[in-house]
Amino acid sequence: MTSATSRSESGSAGDAEATDATEASRKSAQPNAPRPKPTPPAGTPVRVTGAQSLVRALEAIGSEVVFGIPGGTILPAYDPLLDSTKVRHVLVRHEQAAGHAATGYAQATGKVGVCMATSGPGATNLVTPLADANMDSVPLVAITGQQTRALIGTDAFQEADICGITMPITKHNFLVTDPADIPRVIAEAFHLASTGRPGPVLVDIPKDVLQETTSFAWPPEMTLPGYRPTLRPHGKQVREAARLISQARRPVLYVGGGVLKAEASEELRELAELTGIPVATTLMARGAFPDSHDHHVGMPGMHGSVSAVAAMQRSDLLLALGARFDDRVTGRLDSFAPEATVVHADIDPAEISKNRKADVPIVGDCKEIIRELIDAVKFEHDRGDKPDLTAWWTQIDSWRDTFPAGYEWPDDGALSPQYVIERIGELVGPDAYYTAGVGQHQMWAAQFIKYENPRSWINSGGLGTMGFAVPAAMGAQFGHPDTQVWAIDGDGCFQMTNQELATCALEGAPIKVAVINNGNLGMVRQWQNLFYDERYSNTDLGTHKHRIPDFALLAESLGCAGLRCETKEEVDDVIKQAMAIGDRPVVIDFVVGKDAQVWPMVGPGASNDEVMAARGIRPLFDDDDVADGPAADGIVADRAVTDVRGEQ
Amino acid sequence: MHTLSVLVENVPGVLARVSGLFSRRGFNIESLAVGPTENPEVSRMTIVVAVEEQPLEQVTKQLNKLVNVIKIVELDPASSVQRDLLLVKVRADATVRSQVLETVEMFRAKVVDVSPEAVTVEATGTHDKLNALMRMLEPYGVRELVKSGMVALGRGARSITANSTR
Repeated sequence: MTSATSRSESGSAGDAEATDATEASRKSAQPNAPRPKPTPPAGTPVRVTGAQSLVRALEAIGSEVVFGIPGGTILPAYDPLLDSTKVRHVLVRHEQAAGHAATGYAQATGKVGVCMATSGPGATNLVTPLADANMDSVPLVAITGQQTRALIGTDAFQEADICGITMPITKHNFLVTDPADIPRVIAEAFHLASTGRPGPVLVDIPKDVLQETTSFAWPPEMTLPGYRPTLRPHGKQVREAARLISQARRPVLYVGGGVLKAEASEELRELAELTGIPVATTLMARGAFPDSHDHHVGMPGMHGSVSAVAAMQRSDLLLALGARFDDRVTGRLDSFAPEATVVHADIDPAEISKNRKADVPIVGDCKEIIRELIDAVKFEHDRGDKPDLTAWWTQIDSWRDTFPAGYEWPDDGALSPQYVIERIGELVGPDAYYTAGVGQHQMWAAQFIKYENPRSWINSGGLGTMGFAVPAAMGAQFGHPDTQVWAIDGDGCFQMTNQELATCALEGAPIKVAVINNGNLGMVRQWQNLFYDERYSNTDLGTHKHRIPDFALLAESLGCAGLRCETKEEVDDVIKQAMAIGDRPVVIDFVVGKDAQVWPMVGPGASNDEVMAARGIRPLFDDDDVADGPAADGIVADRAVTDVRGEQ
Repeated sequence: MHTLSVLVENVPGVLARVSGLFSRRGFNIESLAVGPTENPEVSRMTIVVAVEEQPLEQVTKQLNKLVNVIKIVELDPASSVQRDLLLVKVRADATVRSQVLETVEMFRAKVVDVSPEAVTVEATGTHDKLNALMRMLEPYGVRELVKSGMVALGRGARSITANSTR
């Protein structure tokens, strides 16, 4: 028997394949089968197979690169793909990586990322990247093969109801039952993925639909009667927001990933400079506003800067742009920004008032909204309504000066992970692209690398997908072949997806991977340290103790340059060495201390009022009040409070 | 209790999309009825949910995000006609049959099947009316019962159609 995850056509796979080995399939598999002719003038139908129709549709819509792995049911599509001069296929090593690479490509370029997989296990391996893209609103189109129409529902070989499985984690999905629908469905899939609030769309195509003869004409007519995203904001709401801005004394711009999706960074900067309002950029929006700009107060949230958390918490007007009041940003929701009037601008009406009630809801495209807001604010200014924010800035500056981003070197003389990441940011600079996995290294990369440009920071924010960094960096590199792409990864994350370094080495994606190797699942260990009595259950990965695997040797065997750095003195050198290598990917094993922690921190379930700049230091909290103050929800949070007090 | 009238594209999987959305967002469906409309490309779902105003707004917005959902209208009981269909098999031998028939008559229901031991009654009406009928029939012995989900239409000449939204 072939194994359950076999993508092979041979062996027992033949049992299922035999039933659909039609004349068409044999023909399409022959090397001298008819090849697609040059595309005739738009609109003229030509006779093609479903598979040719699919590839032509991808070409017509402008797809440059597809990440995927062939297999039984998607085989027909791979045949015309071999001849395509417009669509490049990148053969990855695991379908999950195909999905994350498509995400990295999409996030770095703003274009739709495309991935392809066969039915059954190929398709289910796409579940994680689809869920990831859904949470982070990434425009993605996934194309999967499916068993032949007659076999659907019979538990056939490599059959999985991928439409049913991905219904809750895609923006929409399609099962194509007629080859004539392929151009329309592909056009609709790309349209849905890239417009409104972007998101992943899956197109499932049975093998016999790919094999059948049909006609192809482009452009097709789309029929989406239920899909009408609102782009233009309501003028009255925008004027109301401008009026609130003209009266606010402690306003904050709470900027989310929607600003990047809307390509509205220029407009945001103009609005911030026009109004003088401080800007906080969320984990998904790092780079939407330059870190070097004086108006930038940092990242809000569980590991945000004190100045950003405090400014939002004490604000009287919160201007949320393309943000969704995620629990990692708000902390305990009922005590979040208690004095703030909320203006919530988002393209997705369902986000507005989902978590925090919006006083002024604005539905529309962020670029459009900010543009109109700028005009409306200018009108208020012309009437003489420009508030004096000096006192507010004095307060914010005192937070910034007292609690800047910082870290302490480990007592045991180990290398500081924050220092490594900070040096990478400084030496590589703001013109590179940076991806991250999930955990401590991700938070440090968000805190200590200075982002100046939109789309330069790519991470898994909503789903928190470990293993994201390497495949996402690969995708970003295909989007920007001439720019450095750095994956800041952890030793845990790296071991989930590092097989894609083989893809990178063979397909010419010379990414740099900085493995921040602390020998542990660092973020989990940090929580065990803070909230579980320092009982380190199953967080030691042995990458320190046993050096298994040896990341430098592993890198070499995958066709990369493998470097290692264990002391502060080596850091700059090794980064420069990596930067100089352009002919293959580079992996640097940065062996760092295991006890470093991510600070500031708002404890789980705690209020943002209790933000801790470091252990035991709570800028917004009068510690005399703790005994009488409201206890945070849950045992874990209570422990956070007592832990901190115990140290004082 | 809120009644949502939802126009959806008549395509495979749309019922799963709608019901899946309710369950994963943590909303309970009291009843759901779905069928064709005057336009063969459009189906209408009548969904009754027990939620407060604020979660109702959220569920409506989430429903609107489904690509196959064309239009959603909340039907106020005061300005709409709301009906359930009930089929109930009641034990009714010769000794009580006339009493059962009298009750059926009173509720303007009708007998659609009869056998020596039982009658099957068909009734349409509001939730309250059907409950009242059941209270009257239960003493005779209910053998079997089936109820449709509620269907509803707004009163007056105005209509909600898929076309009006384009």
